[in-house]
Amino acid sequence: MARSYLFIPGNHPAMIQNADVFGADALIFDLEDAVAAHEKDAARLLLAGFLAKARPQGVRVYVRINGLDTPLACKDLEAVVGDAVDGIVLPKAGMSELMELSTILHNLEAQKGLAKKIAILPIVETAKSLVEVEEIAKLSRLDGILLGAEDLSADMEFERTKAGTEIEYPRARIAFACKAARIEAIDTPFTDTNDPDGLREDCLHSQSLGMNAKAAIHPNQIETIHAVFSPSPKRIEWALRIRAAARKAGEQNLGVFSLDGKMVDKPIIDRAEKILRAAERFGLLPEERA
Amino acid sequence: MRNAAGRVVPDGMPAFAGADAYRSHSRVLLSQEPRKHPPVFYSSLSAVFAAAPVVDGMTLSFHHHLRNGDKVTNAVCAEILRRGLKNLTLAPSSVFPTNAILAELIQAGHVTNLRTNYINGPAALPIEAGKLRGLLLMDTHGGRARAIESGELPIDVAFLAAPAVDRNGNGSGTMGPAACGSLGYAQPDLHYAKYVVLVTDTVVDSLDRIDLDGAFVDAVLVVDSIGDPEGIVSGTTRITRDPVGLKIARDAARFLWEVGAIRPGFSMQTGAGGTSLAVAAQVRSLMREHGIRGSFASGGITGYYVDMLEEGLFDHLYDVQCFDLSAVRSLAKNALHQAISASRYGNPFDHDPIVDQLSFVILGATEIDLNFHVNVTTDSFGRLIGGSGGHADTAHGAKITVITTNLTKARLPIVKQRVTTLTTPGEDVDVLVTERGIAIRPDRIDLIAATRNSRLPIRTIEDLLQTAHALSGVPKELPHGTRIIGHVLYRDGTVIDNLYQPSQD
Repeated sequence: MARSYLFIPGNHPAMIQNADVFGADALIFDLEDAVAAHEKDAARLLLAGFLAKARPQGVRVYVRINGLDTPLACKDLEAVVGDAVDGIVLPKAGMSELMELSTILHNLEAQKGLAKKIAILPIVETAKSLVEVEEIAKLSRLDGILLGAEDLSADMEFERTKAGTEIEYPRARIAFACKAARIEAIDTPFTDTNDPDGLREDCLHSQSLGMNAKAAIHPNQIETIHAVFSPSPKRIEWALRIRAAARKAGEQNLGVFSLDGKMVDKPIIDRAEKILRAAERFGLLPEERA
Repeated sequence: MRNAAGRVVPDGMPAFAGADAYRSHSRVLLSQEPRKHPPVFYSSLSAVFAAAPVVDGMTLSFHHHLRNGDKVTNAVCAEILRRGLKNLTLAPSSVFPTNAILAELIQAGHVTNLRTNYINGPAALPIEAGKLRGLLLMDTHGGRARAIESGELPIDVAFLAAPAVDRNGNGSGTMGPAACGSLGYAQPDLHYAKYVVLVTDTVVDSLDRIDLDGAFVDAVLVVDSIGDPEGIVSGTTRITRDPVGLKIARDAARFLWEVGAIRPGFSMQTGAGGTSLAVAAQVRSLMREHGIRGSFASGGITGYYVDMLEEGLFDHLYDVQCFDLSAVRSLAKNALHQAISASRYGNPFDHDPIVDQLSFVILGATEIDLNFHVNVTTDSFGRLIGGSGGHADTAHGAKITVITTNLTKARLPIVKQRVTTLTTPGEDVDVLVTERGIAIRPDRIDLIAATRNSRLPIRTIEDLLQTAHALSGVPKELPHGTRIIGHVLYRDGTVIDNLYQPSQD
């Protein structure tokens, strides 16, 4: 469970070193778009060395590799797959690419003697991927699916806008596929790093369509993303009251009970428990603050 | 002998005996002598030198309110060169890169001693190279005021840039093309120098405000230009966008909130850098959110604080120097924005210095060590890169002194076992905020208790040092040279550390 996935350029030593200080729930070290062609080898070596020596603690670590249609992808995987990495982010991921990546990872895990299974975060950023998304979501190894709206807009030949009406359908479709498969629905980054109000609006919009996390391309976006995708203190308080009332009702063998004049049944209790799990995961329960 | 901070002090020099040792001494004040005659107006520096007269062995002083736009110090230095004067002591309140001509005077022995609060730029190079025949003494802003008023630093001639002067020899900081605002650091020189020269490019019939009292002025020198007003802007005056700086600022503000320092009537000071302004921005946001109005903000004032004053978030601004032109404009028009002298700002013997009224101050550090000693004077090679300015004054006076800095910079740890040069003693420092945690000095049990149940990343300073070493490795310590080139003076004038010629190895 994560609210934010922070992209860190794989060729930027200062950013790599400080990647874990910004409070992102997950980090995506980028060897693809952030790195110019002539820096690919250097970035790969830098990142592999950093992860071996100083892997950030207390945070999920992913690496975005170059596309499987390039000769770089296998070199990236060879260099970074290991105990320090939780998952691989695959750009332009369709079913066939994901199957291929899964096979490569399987072999690398065996070859490197890894006890863990490396996860995959596919980026859905082509029309083809989007129409396959329900199948993609069912694949094993997936932690979630990330919408890549910029590349998708190029593929679809629509114009990206701040309002984001053009990506309502992809957002909703990915969100439904992910929720059905019980994996994370991760929204596309908001590309204006100087517009916190716009970012907040964008987060609220994507959340209303079912997205539960967002990628960030600048550390200064984390605070806003967390503010939107964390359960609010009011919701946490409500959920705690539901939990307490449900326990009391359980002692009295009541399946349905009333709180503040409203009927409470299992779906509402489940919703409250979900909020409390998130609050616990993000350290937001009142007792943790006390 | 070793001083109270454990540094060796040469025999015959007054040793730092603790931050509160000054309290056992009484204030020493020279008498202020209003002039019997109105000031004489001159149009040539040479004529002023002749009238004063300026001769070998004298001490000449300057203020630094024109900062890196200053032309007055440079003009006086050029006249010294032209006349071939020798063995002078210069006592500018600060030296900036624009004062490069000073290097030539030091090299050639025209200037043999330098006493200042801050030095940065080419003038520092011959001093590091051992070319200053005497010593570099580095005061704090409040300490310089104390030294001048007590006669410890006797000034023969003060050349004071005055952006505008009236026919009676009064000076103003807010009028004229080189308006720089408050002239707080010039006040001790004005009142206690034996001969006072105002240097101006603007003579008017009347002034909107008087910052320099003509009763203490001997001469007014009228020149074409005293400085470039753009040069007064101090460093960056915009809030940092650097995410590490913002993270540090957020945590510093959260810390201050958790310990209850941001409450009605509180007062604060920060520097002008991007991270300092980011702390101010965080504090501003908390003040708005909780409807809190503070008493004052002080120090070098930027437009950011002017905005906070105008928004009604503070009752007053106490301004010893303006850091940007927005602050200059505000000082000229807003009665709640008040200029203060260096003595009122930070002189330990002032009856109620502003620094002693501060709820908290946010300061930087070039290095900080396990005793919370801070260096802002040299880099870790011992090269001169700044000086205390008001660092030690505010650190001592404020109820809570917060140092904000990256844990590592340019792959070097900022937290060290021992600072290369000691500027501000650890006993005046309470908290260190870095991007990887907050360390509270162990004897501030009140702050430790107030944050015990918070979610702030509180760690020990030893722990932060280990983290820094894990990231960067343990840096090789460079032994300093053996030759003493100067001393860092605490605000009471005692030697808190020596300045050594950097090792050539």
